[in-house]
Amino acid sequence: MAPAIRIEELTKDYAVGFWRRRPYRALDRLSLTIDPGEVFGFLGPNGAGKTTTLKLLMQLIYPTSGRAEILGRPVGDVATRQRVGYLPENPYFYDYLTAEELLTYFARLFGMPPGERRQRVSSLLDRVGLGRERRFQLRKFSKGMIQRVGIAQALLNDPEVVFLDEPMSGLDPLGRRDVRRLILELRDQGRTIFFSSHILADAEALCSRVAIVAGGRLAATGRTTELTEFRARGWELVVDHVAQAALERVRPDAVRITPLGPQRYTIELPLSLAPERLLPELAASGATLVSLNPIRETLEEVFVQHVAAAGEGARTETGGADARR
Amino acid sequence: MRVVSAVALNVFRESVRDRVPYNLVIFAVLLIGSSYLIGQLTAGQDVKIIKDLGLAATSIFGLFIAIFIGIGLVSKEVERRSIYALLAKPMSRTQFIAGKYAGLVLTLAVNVAVMTAAVYLVLGYMTWNEPAEARAAWDAPGTDPALLKALFLIFVELMVVTAIALFFSTFSSPLLSAALTFGLYVAGHFNADLRNFEHVVDARPAVWLARGLYHVLPDLSAFDVKTQVVHGLPVPAGYLVSTTAYGALYVAALLLAATVIFTKRDFK
Repeated sequence: MAPAIRIEELTKDYAVGFWRRRPYRALDRLSLTIDPGEVFGFLGPNGAGKTTTLKLLMQLIYPTSGRAEILGRPVGDVATRQRVGYLPENPYFYDYLTAEELLTYFARLFGMPPGERRQRVSSLLDRVGLGRERRFQLRKFSKGMIQRVGIAQALLNDPEVVFLDEPMSGLDPLGRRDVRRLILELRDQGRTIFFSSHILADAEALCSRVAIVAGGRLAATGRTTELTEFRARGWELVVDHVAQAALERVRPDAVRITPLGPQRYTIELPLSLAPERLLPELAASGATLVSLNPIRETLEEVFVQHVAAAGEGARTETGGADARR
Repeated sequence: MRVVSAVALNVFRESVRDRVPYNLVIFAVLLIGSSYLIGQLTAGQDVKIIKDLGLAATSIFGLFIAIFIGIGLVSKEVERRSIYALLAKPMSRTQFIAGKYAGLVLTLAVNVAVMTAAVYLVLGYMTWNEPAEARAAWDAPGTDPALLKALFLIFVELMVVTAIALFFSTFSSPLLSAALTFGLYVAGHFNADLRNFEHVVDARPAVWLARGLYHVLPDLSAFDVKTQVVHGLPVPAGYLVSTTAYGALYVAALLLAATVIFTKRDFK
């Protein structure tokens, strides 16, 4: 099956400085392949190159080198945009239009016939929770409401591939929940979703695969579970009816012991210590095992490690941005 | 065409909601007010003055719209970042430029049409109010259809000015675009003087420079037939056709240049 998005060695340099213009590499040889139907999280700290990548994919900026394809066509292909949706970061729309007028204008650009246009605009505004505000001018909208309009316009053409740049930005908890549901609905409909975010909980909850970018470079990519599951850093035992003497014998080996109630404790063990060694001793003292789980790294921890490693990498070269010229 | 007309209609809607109609109200009030005053102060020459005033006001008010909306057509979209969502739609950058231009030309067309109607209304009232013997002394009838020739060329000139403003808008800030467009408008009205620059200075490089500028800068004085029309002098159809063709060519060249620049631009 042809990939929904293919990015090959995509690089973008910007000229910086007023008098002496010098190149600054915002994106450095990024390569990614995203299959149809995937929810792909594009993660990275501020200034990592996420928005640059999305702008390159929308051809709002041109690459210095490398290439990218969406649905098997080069990103510059205007006809392909008929099948693509895009929510820019912190979107801005025309103040003087109402939400309904804005979506109708964009629907015209997609060549929707009037009947379908009315129906689609109406149902999308209801879908993003702006049904009652459809005839308000956008100048009266809050940041979160504008974000909802932005999401609605990105879905106007029932796109096969949706690019969302920081979709949760500016949304309250209810709004974020709605957007999460929407993304999952789109996934269930077989749409491909490529979204950038620095909110890792969203990525962990939604994405089948993620890529972490830092300093314009791809730091890691893989299934969310792959990145976190096989990185157990210890064991967590929950035990009940533990005698004080047994607890004291375990204490030197434990990383941390947290009381949960009378004679009930969480015992954190290092990865090097097999829990099977302690279990007979605890059982002999009359303790009962409630649960035993590996302590896995969260996506956040994986993210921080990769971002820090990328920073170190850049420093060990000739330094910062110069290293990426 | 569908995409271009959608963008154009949006520009028209924006200008209607952006207080451009007030321009027309001010125009009408000024024209009617000054007609009344002139009618009180002068005898015999008043219809000529009203024609002059009406044509000049149409030109100036149109110029305001062309410059002040034209300079923001593209740069405002870029500055406010509304262009991101727009260019992600199935639309080429050439269509975007064409749509923006068509939208402002449509706005100007409606404005010039309303201003024309206002000029004719005032002139019609004056004609109706004036005794027949006074009317007989006029160079041309009060509601002379020849005025339409001048108004038409004013409109073509405004189309050129709009294209200049749009061209600058594709790569510079609104303030700089306004200054450059206005500068070019003024230079364009004195362009004919550059043609015979050798009569004024001897230095050959200066003459060559002037000759070069004469060919590059728009000759906007060609669109000004107000004096002929007001004094009842003929404006040949051939002149209208050739001047319009010149305007169309100039507009096409500017739009082409604007498209080339805009197509290569990065929207950071």
